[in-house]
Amino acid sequence: MTKEQIIEKLPYEAPFLFVDEIEEVDENGVKGSYTLKPDEYFYQGHFKDHPITPGVILTEIMAQIGLVCLGIFTLKEQIDKNTIGVAMSSTVINFYKAVLPGEKVLVKSEKEYFRFNKLKCKVEMFNEEQKLIAKGEIAGMIVGNS
Amino acid sequence: MTKEELLSKLKTIIEPYVQNQEGFQNISEDTNFIEDLEINSANLVDVILDVEDEFNIEIDNDGMDKMLTVKASIEVIQDKLATK
Repeated sequence: MTKEQIIEKLPYEAPFLFVDEIEEVDENGVKGSYTLKPDEYFYQGHFKDHPITPGVILTEIMAQIGLVCLGIFTLKEQIDKNTIGVAMSSTVINFYKAVLPGEKVLVKSEKEYFRFNKLKCKVEMFNEEQKLIAKGEIAGMIVGNS
Repeated sequence: MTKEELLSKLKTIIEPYVQNQEGFQNISEDTNFIEDLEINSANLVDVILDVEDEFNIEIDNDGMDKMLTVKASIEVIQDKLATK
């Protein structure tokens, strides 16, 4: 499965698709990136006259790249002809730097385990200066729908 | 290991994942993890992984599928311990 095919298999679309590119992927982890568009819908309200990327969106970017893309790669045989079903089950994320409109973020995820359809990963997010934005653990149930 | 010892260890493992405390106080062999204790499917996986560590056994997919109640879990654990 190519990196482009992984992105095609993602069950999201605009305005809630937060993966631009997969840079590396293997069975133990994934690296990918997303550039926040200056006109993303959530900047209209977060915050009043002072746009900053919400932590929930940063978490979502980390989950889409770090968990779902890795899950698609892991289940590639099963979801070749089908779609993927995803349910996030837990997140513990600490945030260190704000992300402004137009910034590119890089996500790096390492698999802790994938057992009985539960994928748990250690996930980090960096900006283009390689400064840490956020770091934590995300887990979810991932299945190939038939 | 007696069944009572096994049940006691199992209770210690599942307690952190239980959402329905009343169900946990009334725990019996018929207790269903999802219906009676309101453990979610992701935490059920955690229960299985903790069982593997505690008893030094490996649970396969068939075992996982069976382990939905206290009684079935004890049977699966006893089975795996016997063939270790």
